[in-house]
Amino acid sequence: MYNKITAEDIAALKKIVGNENCLCGDEINEDYSHDELGGIEKMPDCLVRVQTTEEVSEVMKLAYEKTIPVTVRGSGTGLVGAAVPIMGGILLETTKMNKILELDPDTLTVTVQPGVLLMELAAFAEENDFLYPPDPGEKSATIGGNISTNAGGMRAVKYGVTRDYVRALTVVLPNGEIQQFGGKVAKNSSGYSLKDMVIGSEGTLCIICEAVLKLVPLPKHSVSLLVPFADMKSAIEAVPKIFRSKITPTAIEYMSRDTILFSESYLGKRFPDTKNDAYILLTIDGNTDAQVDADMKQLAELCLEIGALDVYIVDTEERKKSVWSARGAFLEAIKASTTEMDECDVVVPVNKVDDFIKFTHSLADEMKVRIPSFGHAGDGNLHVYICRDELGDKEWEDVLKKCFDRMYEKAEEFGGLVSGEHGIGYAKKEYLKKQYGETPIAIMQGVKAVFDPKNILNPGKICF
Amino acid sequence: MKILVCIKQVPGSSNVEVDPVTGVLKRDGVQSKMNPYDLYALELALSLCEKYGGSVETITMGPPQAKAIIEESVCMGAKSGTVLSDRKFAGADVLATAYTIAQGLKKIGDFDLIICGKQTTDGDTAQVGSEVSEYLGIPNISNVLSVDEVTKEGMTLTASLDNKVVTMKAEFPCLISAEGDINSPRLPSYKVKKTLTEDAVKFLSMNDFDDKDEKHYGLSGSATQVERIFPPEKNTEKTSFDGTAEQQTESLFSLICDRKLI
Repeated sequence: MYNKITAEDIAALKKIVGNENCLCGDEINEDYSHDELGGIEKMPDCLVRVQTTEEVSEVMKLAYEKTIPVTVRGSGTGLVGAAVPIMGGILLETTKMNKILELDPDTLTVTVQPGVLLMELAAFAEENDFLYPPDPGEKSATIGGNISTNAGGMRAVKYGVTRDYVRALTVVLPNGEIQQFGGKVAKNSSGYSLKDMVIGSEGTLCIICEAVLKLVPLPKHSVSLLVPFADMKSAIEAVPKIFRSKITPTAIEYMSRDTILFSESYLGKRFPDTKNDAYILLTIDGNTDAQVDADMKQLAELCLEIGALDVYIVDTEERKKSVWSARGAFLEAIKASTTEMDECDVVVPVNKVDDFIKFTHSLADEMKVRIPSFGHAGDGNLHVYICRDELGDKEWEDVLKKCFDRMYEKAEEFGGLVSGEHGIGYAKKEYLKKQYGETPIAIMQGVKAVFDPKNILNPGKICF
Repeated sequence: MKILVCIKQVPGSSNVEVDPVTGVLKRDGVQSKMNPYDLYALELALSLCEKYGGSVETITMGPPQAKAIIEESVCMGAKSGTVLSDRKFAGADVLATAYTIAQGLKKIGDFDLIICGKQTTDGDTAQVGSEVSEYLGIPNISNVLSVDEVTKEGMTLTASLDNKVVTMKAEFPCLISAEGDINSPRLPSYKVKKTLTEDAVKFLSMNDFDDKDEKHYGLSGSATQVERIFPPEKNTEKTSFDGTAEQQTESLFSLICDRKLI
């Protein structure tokens, strides 16, 4: 079905991107065969590092004509194998397209190339007194990757997710045609939103080459509260009550003592408090100190009323760093605590978070595996990890499948969905199919066929 | 064990402007916080008390609003604290500051152990602690990494010298300066903040001291004069290396050697 890359194709690709940006065979580092998930691996036949939209267009024209599969890759920080070139072919890396092209203070937008890293964009926005609100934990991910997975992050409770901040996309279609979807406009009812179809499409529909992103004025003040509870149940039960207080924190994260201890040993740095079993970490922001202080007091009082053991004030740069850097390291810390792990990134209605966590605890007991978790209590997006520890190959495979089946089943029962922010990629597509059923998957396949009739762009992902 | 921790209120951010005419930091409208290095000193004190029993008090010199950091120290676990505040203390250099604190200390009472932070983030001199100990006539150990054992008479501690770590014994009373980053300072408790009472913070002025000669305080008591304060130049120079990991390592190594950094 697909053609193998020939020496002639390589020569043509080298002509487009330059010899140094087209690597083959042993020249390609093993890292390019997988993302952060591991377990799903395949080396590309050819790694192409593009620098301009025109280069992307030329590469796609060639791939389209020769029917060569193309998989797009940013920093490779994905967690579902979406950027693994499972059919071989060309791996198109966008990290050299890393320029911030324009800051438009009149429309509150910034135009970037897809290889700009989230941390670079965040710092740039801040330097200019703006905030780019999406805040996924992985700061070295590219913006292209964030858009492709509709990444969420820790400020979603107040500010929403990546989709809410994408105004326009310049894309290259599988046949090499360059198109722009959306515009620097705040409203848009002009037909199907193709821009929104591309967001979260994990590189299966087209290649994002430029993005116009919305910014908000940088809130002048913020304070976080670390709130200890006697157990996870009371911690999670506090969340809906916080919502009802009508103060919207930017983030509401939950964390258990176990996870904090993993993070301590991973970072080699003590967390400011580990005396209690469960914590909620929340942040409030605003433009005046007085407003933030008033909100802080109201929330702190509420937390104490509903059973918090105390409320710790995280108000300076150093304190925020000590708490949030531990939170940021949870994924890596859990990874370091075991031999292998896999993650379930389900999202459930916020009032079901507690029930779902309790379910994972009983599942862990039943299956005799460790299932630590942490996540966004404020938006129902949980990160649940099944740890292999000392299990043998066969046993691990078996336990993993059973755990995933049971967790996705439970999430569905609660009205939840397969992925909150990591995407489907390759690893979770069976669960998506199972939950959505035939018709939605057929519609997705239809959309894919219209964008990519030869199915050369990131084949074998999401709905195939 | 009675421990006193010296703390200071500093600007909340490192981006503080300097008045081009007076050369003084523009503090108006700038949020302030407790000097981050003092948090390590305070955490050390509080954890020693948890382990060996005793109490922690704090002291600061500054304008009346420095009360906020004393209250913060109480929210972290200190029993109470004192603000040394008087217009006559304004413009003090390290020597006059140390003298003022030493005078204040004599009024507050006797302590087994005085702990200072390594330095402040605004003045950066790292001298006040040692000078206070000199005025009080008690031993001083700087760059303390940990207090390993405490007895009734004294303690065993580990301190960092430039190129080695030493373990030593000190008898009470003594003054130590804690290194930065030696612990994770606990967070202030809102629950305690709610219950703060007026008597958590005491104020002392020059008239409360034994030495009431104003020539010994503030600008007139200072042995040094600041000629100019200016923000450090920002280094925006960036170098990136291409090539294989080995080539990049080699390039980085030769750059470091060329700059005589090693």
